[in-house]
Amino acid sequence: MSDVLNPPQDNVAPTAVPLKPLGKVLAVTSGKGGVGKTFVSANLAAALAKRGHRVLVLDADLGLANLDVVLNLYPKVTLHDVFTGKAKLEEAIVRAPGGFSVLLAGSGMVEYSRLTPEVRDDFLRIMNGLIPHYDIVLLDTGAGISDVVLFAVSLASEVLVVATPEPTSLTDAYATIKVLVGQQKRQTIRMVVNQTARLGDGRAITTQLQQVLDRFVVTEPGRPIRLIHMGDIPSDPSVRQAVMRRQLLIQSMPGCPAALAISQLAIKLEETIIARVA
Amino acid sequence: MIDMRDLRLDDARALLEHDPTCSLPEPEESPTVYVQSVVDNLCELSLKDPLTGLANRRHFRNVLSREIDAVARSGDSALLLMLDIDHFKKVNDTYGHLAGDRVLQAIANCLAACVRPMDTVARYGGEEFAAILPNCPASFGQIVAERIRETVGNLSIFVSPLVSIQVTVSIGGAYAPEWVRSTTALWTDRADIQLYRAKSEGRNRVYIEQQREIAVSAEEKSMLFGHLSLGDPAWIENASSDASGAATGNAINKVNSP
Repeated sequence: MSDVLNPPQDNVAPTAVPLKPLGKVLAVTSGKGGVGKTFVSANLAAALAKRGHRVLVLDADLGLANLDVVLNLYPKVTLHDVFTGKAKLEEAIVRAPGGFSVLLAGSGMVEYSRLTPEVRDDFLRIMNGLIPHYDIVLLDTGAGISDVVLFAVSLASEVLVVATPEPTSLTDAYATIKVLVGQQKRQTIRMVVNQTARLGDGRAITTQLQQVLDRFVVTEPGRPIRLIHMGDIPSDPSVRQAVMRRQLLIQSMPGCPAALAISQLAIKLEETIIARVA
Repeated sequence: MIDMRDLRLDDARALLEHDPTCSLPEPEESPTVYVQSVVDNLCELSLKDPLTGLANRRHFRNVLSREIDAVARSGDSALLLMLDIDHFKKVNDTYGHLAGDRVLQAIANCLAACVRPMDTVARYGGEEFAAILPNCPASFGQIVAERIRETVGNLSIFVSPLVSIQVTVSIGGAYAPEWVRSTTALWTDRADIQLYRAKSEGRNRVYIEQQREIAVSAEEKSMLFGHLSLGDPAWIENASSDASGAATGNAINKVNSP
């Protein structure tokens, strides 16, 4: 009976992916959806492009992200066609309104949500082909933490977790960070808190998350987890307006508080990530 | 408008009349009611395993993929169990295939009785069954699976009027980890691996895959929301006035009951 109640621990989930990060790749993730992750990815890309960087945003959830909806782009050629050999990689890259490039998955990619070795290889090949042409590649991940998302995130040199102050979002951000620390042995994770009510809320939340991680997540000695607070994006009615009109906030209302916060975030990322790998 | 006389419903009607659970209205009913009923009954029939009355594999797959969506959205934990009758071939070889069918039916009834109404039990194929248990916390799965294993093992199945036998089952289980969007293939693979372990390590036992570290315990949650439960009104106001959707109601609950 004892073996039934205490099964051996050797059964590693088949989704465990070792970390093999590629330079200049920032994964924007949150676990669950609805916290403005795609909104952040798109506007951050626009803000970085505005500062003169060559930016590519990749729909890393293979068709389940909302990037096409946010950007109002429905290209004929997508990553799906690249995967199936119908098109070349260059043909699938589209120019987004904010002056950055986008690689959309296309709805047909859902069938690839199973991470086979072939999908893995294709993905890696595509990433390697893209990286030399850009200053930074942003990976936008969809709702849930699928195997494909975890794999895509494992390729990123940096991870930016988007959360809101809501308890559901905090739980989710925390769970995501635990997976990234446990599976990918990440030590540094960057946080941005969206829809904050007051100045300082985001930093307080990051500190809180850090404390819970320190208390409950066991890491190798001398390798503590470091959450780095990258900024807050305040609650701002302009965001809703821009989203409804399917415009980039950075373009349509560059002076509103949320847009200014995203520009700040872009500068901070530029200092910490782009400058360092360049 | 379709003329009823143009539709060839005889085959469908014959198929449904053959099934005791279907109740067809008389052809005198209004054509819409009649056709609707034929379609409904055919749908029902197409989802059932004819021998055991359990969900068939088609139905199972649909329920499983719905559950994957639910888990990814809600964060509820769901368990998939794969069950296989031990040494079933021996039953067939010793008592005949009719007896084998009786065993399958008896176990199907037993499984259906062992789980909650919200759970789905399916005949996966041959002597293999599957059960989908939505909203099943990690602490629960092993207990449920053990209960199923014991109940089946204690069951006396009459394979002929005078002969009753007992069979055992091996059970493998895997959770759809909270918030993670899995795939039907991956999830069943993981449960199958555990079933294989149960088989290869002697049968009549339960193996359930260890949950990944993604689960967030009550202690972790209480510490995460520690600052919220102090009753800072600005936080609560912020959560309730947020237009970002369904999570809001949940947020309030958690604020009130850390």
